[in-house]
Amino acid sequence: MLSYILQRAGSTAIVMLLVSLLVFLLLFLAPGDPAAVLAGDNATPEQIARLRASLGLDDSAAVQFWRWLSQVLQGNLGASIYSNEPVVHLMAQRAEATLSLALATMAIAVPLAILLGVTAAHRAGTMTDRALMLLSVVGFSVPAFVVGYFLVWVFAMKLGLMPVQGYVPIGEDPVAWARHLVLPAVTLGLTYTALIARITRATMIEVLSEDFIRTARAKGVPMLRILLRHALRNAGVPIATVIGIGIALLIGGVVVTETVFNIPGIGRLVVDAISRRDYPVIQGVILVFSGIYVLLNLATDLSYTLIDPRIRY
Amino acid sequence: MSAVTASSAVGASVPATPARSRAGLFVRRHPTLVAGGGLILLMVLAALAAPLFAGDPVNMNPLNRLKAPSAEFWLGTDHLGRDVFARVVYGARVSLQVGIAVAVVSIAIGTVIGLVAGYFRQADAVITRAMDGMMAIPAILLAIAMVALTGASVGIVILAIVLPEIPRVVRLVRSVVLSVREAPYVEAAKAGGTRLHVILGRHILPSTLAPLIVQATYICAAAIIVESALSFLGAGVPPEVPTWGSMIAQSRQYLPVAPWTVFAPGVALALVVLSVNLFGDGLRDWLDPRAARRG
Repeated sequence: MLSYILQRAGSTAIVMLLVSLLVFLLLFLAPGDPAAVLAGDNATPEQIARLRASLGLDDSAAVQFWRWLSQVLQGNLGASIYSNEPVVHLMAQRAEATLSLALATMAIAVPLAILLGVTAAHRAGTMTDRALMLLSVVGFSVPAFVVGYFLVWVFAMKLGLMPVQGYVPIGEDPVAWARHLVLPAVTLGLTYTALIARITRATMIEVLSEDFIRTARAKGVPMLRILLRHALRNAGVPIATVIGIGIALLIGGVVVTETVFNIPGIGRLVVDAISRRDYPVIQGVILVFSGIYVLLNLATDLSYTLIDPRIRY
Repeated sequence: MSAVTASSAVGASVPATPARSRAGLFVRRHPTLVAGGGLILLMVLAALAAPLFAGDPVNMNPLNRLKAPSAEFWLGTDHLGRDVFARVVYGARVSLQVGIAVAVVSIAIGTVIGLVAGYFRQADAVITRAMDGMMAIPAILLAIAMVALTGASVGIVILAIVLPEIPRVVRLVRSVVLSVREAPYVEAAKAGGTRLHVILGRHILPSTLAPLIVQATYICAAAIIVESALSFLGAGVPPEVPTWGSMIAQSRQYLPVAPWTVFAPGVALALVVLSVNLFGDGLRDWLDPRAARRG
């Protein structure tokens, strides 16, 4: 077990090193001279050259990468070109909103998806199953911003049930916080729900055809108990995997959903950075989001032994 | 393949199956394939023939601002008095172009890398690690960064969406190669002194075709969504080109007074992606029944 954890952690570290190399290259290959930008419009070529040398921009790519990486490992992601604030600070200010949105989405999507997937598998081949699977294709196909504006139009503008946009910190007003998160979470969760529901259905159908299920049915175990205790537990590993892999979808979707609902989160930070060409911010957010994704997938892998005691490393 | 099974199923009692009923049978067996394919064909034709019937997508007319759908403007006008119908039809061009280009390019590159990774053990470890690294970066963020760095153009958008798709193709091809490389017919070809490129091209590549064709449709659908999201976020193709994503972004503040300006491109986008996905599901059931059963 311990050697397995070490081995997985080792390959995770290699993947993260590759990711940071890719992210570094993005900035390194960026057109334009950062020294010229920093020196301002009135700088002479000599001043720019001096600034280049003092910033270490004349060093080789490998030296610059090493210097950048050692800063990153100390928690320094550089400063925004636009506001001159540290990128880590900018992200920390916006982390609560993004984290709230992501957790609310998972809280809605995961139970709903498993419920839908189990129902479809239980009724495999019937109209219910086909309708649910058609619904999941639709869920895959409608982009988050289309769903988002539709929900806003119906539930906020026409019916007036929900706020149109914005975010309220949980410490300020927990009820308003929750009300502001409902529509964004449903928007962001649609694709995620569709993905998990499909995998749940496929895995459950496989498990339900196994001998121990027939035995349980022959013993007269109630169907609900068979589905939840006997079948779902055995379908746990693929479902956990897709919940982990689907985090990538959530991270991409956060950027779009925060724009639609005007939520001041990390996604908005990136979108604002695009028009300002604020490369350090873009670079920092990509690095952190990729890191979260890689670590969550490591956690998913390690959780297999908890879900399925037969798995031993 | 399906023609054979179809005619043998019916042909047991009726020796000669007329072509028309065979087509009818195909439609009944593969409803999603036919419906999705038909819709895609219709939209490709509309996009190609846009100059003939759609009207002017960029002409502004301040007198016609935010007009509701009518006989003159089928889908109304936007805040600059532009014809929404014309813009929706022209928007299909960018979406379809990006979707098809990304599918073709990423399959082509991914197949070559996947063949190498699956066939040569030494290359496998390096390639697999590199692909894991590429997959860890969220696709939309990578695309945003590339477009922000290099400026907006259709070519950059295509490249930015291709990069994160390549690892998925590599994994698929690699897994197929691993499953057939020890097959007796490949062993026989190797023992017979068949040259490497013939083994890879003629003996191994054909097994990857069915899953790759299916994968291509899913990549196409994903690429259309990412392109529209990039345009929506202002990191896509140049803003003066009408795209569905940029139409929604420009019109969103008029949602309360002119919902058609947001929903017309939105519905078009959802419809295209839905047809491509349905077409892909249909193809999978038809070409790759084993994968279809797995769900």
